[in-house]
This record gives sequence, structure tokens and C-alpha cells, in this order.
Amino acid sequence: MALDPSFAGRVYPPTAPYQVGREKIREFAEAIGDDHLAYRDPDAAKALGHPDVIAPPTFPIVLSMRAADQVVSDPELGLDYSRVVHGEQRFEYSRPVRAGDRLTVVVKVANIRSVAGNDIITTQGEITTEDGEHVVTAYSTLVARGES
Amino acid sequence: MALSTPRQRLSYDTIEVGTRLPAQSFSIQRENLIRYAGASGDFNPIHWNERVAVSVGLPNVIAHGMVTMAQAARVVTDWVGDPAAVVEYGVRFTKPVAVPDDGFGARVEVSGVVAEKLDGRRVRVDLTACCGDEKVLSAARAVVQLG
Repeated sequence: MALDPSFAGRVYPPTAPYQVGREKIREFAEAIGDDHLAYRDPDAAKALGHPDVIAPPTFPIVLSMRAADQVVSDPELGLDYSRVVHGEQRFEYSRPVRAGDRLTVVVKVANIRSVAGNDIITTQGEITTEDGEHVVTAYSTLVARGES
Repeated sequence: MALSTPRQRLSYDTIEVGTRLPAQSFSIQRENLIRYAGASGDFNPIHWNERVAVSVGLPNVIAHGMVTMAQAARVVTDWVGDPAAVVEYGVRFTKPVAVPDDGFGARVEVSGVVAEKLDGRRVRVDLTACCGDEKVLSAARAVVQLG
């Protein structure tokens, strides 16, 4: 079933602040098997000019995916989550996420379209500090495979 | 555990279009997917439950696309030294990476090449990620700030 195209451009309320902790970053780095010191040792991160440990480039998905759940699970949209696969992912960084950040996400429906019976939705998550400093924008494209 | 040591940023002046980044090979086993589910909060059962994965038409449990995306990023961040040098990074997930419970799992081979020199002492790196004969990512590109 085609998604409601009027959802394009819809903006959802900011998420509650997410407090980024050193141990969460370490856990994420270990889960992806990345042993870079800047993800676990504050002194190594400082040697690179960062105030605290930084997160790997794909870490913002932890925030953006949760925020995009507002869209994906919106009953008015009618997306069949059991048929959804991750089609594309892109990040544009102003700086890395780092320990001590308190971040909120504002999600917008950037695009909705149907291609060859599949519903395709792109969300854009603006991730900023509570003070409004831009950290990273995450674009996620989800594809709901049509019944074949 | 061997820890890599961060080093200074590469100089834009020494990098040419066509410069190859050191390729890397990554193993993905079921345990990696369980860990990633826990660390990321993505508990979609197609990434850990074979019964569910097969019931929706997948060949087996498949890796989170974000695991492959994270591994491909390693080729860039290990090359450049400071992960903060990555200013833009995007991929398209073209084929799922099936992770059988056979003691071996899957292996993803990642290589990268400098495809373009950009303004502001930045370069675009194009990445290739393959599992067996299949490309699992396409349009995998990072924009990297060099020194």
C-alpha cells in the first residue's frame, strides 16, 4: 500500500536530551570491533584536540534511529515495519559526537516515494546540543518491500 | 587487545587521486550481531533470530547494515588517524550479508581509493565492500578533511 505522500516535510518534536557517556561509546566501539584509542582513552582523544573521548562516525545512528521511530511507528503513516529494510544511510558532521554531550534530535520526513511497488521513506535527523550547536545530520532511507 | 595509536593527520599535498587506502578484512559472526544489537538498540529479530529471518524470505540471519557501514568506515579512519577528519559519510545497502551459525559467519572485504580532491583540503574516498563475490555496499563515499 502506498504511503501517504502528504507526510513529506512533516517535522516531529525534539527528542528528550540524550546524555552521551564514555562507557556507552566504549561499548559501541567494542561492538563494531574498533580499537581506536580516541574512543576509549580521554588522553588519546585530547592528544588529537578533542575535549573528551569521541564516538565512531556511525554512533549517531543510536540517536537518529530511536528518533525516527516516531515516524516509522506513526499509525497514520501506515508503514509495515516487518517488511522494512535499511536502504541508505548518510551522515554530515560538524564535529564528532563526544562524551559529555547532551543531544536532541529533530526528525523531518525528507522524502516519500513509491518505486516498483516498494514504499521508500527518507528521514532527516538534525542532532544538536541542548544549546543548539549542530553536531551531525543523519539521513536514513528505509524501504518497505512490496508484497510480491 | 592491540590498540592502534592515533597519529597526525595526513597532508592534502601528499595525496593524489588514485591513492589506495590499506584494505581490510572483517569477520562477522552471530556474537558480533548480538553485541551490536545491544550497543545500538537495534533489536530487529532478522539480525539474531534465524526462524524470523527465514520467515520473511531472507536466506539466514543477516548483519545489520550499520555493522558493515561501521567496518567500512574503519578503512578511512585507520588511514587518516583522527576519526574526526570524516566530515561526510554515506552508503547504500545493496545486498544483505548473511551470517550463518556455522562457526565462521561472514567475511567482508573493504577497500578504498581517493576518487577526488576537493576544495578546503578535503578529499572524497570511494569504498568497496564485498562479501564473497557480491558488493554489499554501493555509493559508499566519505569526505575527509586532510591537514
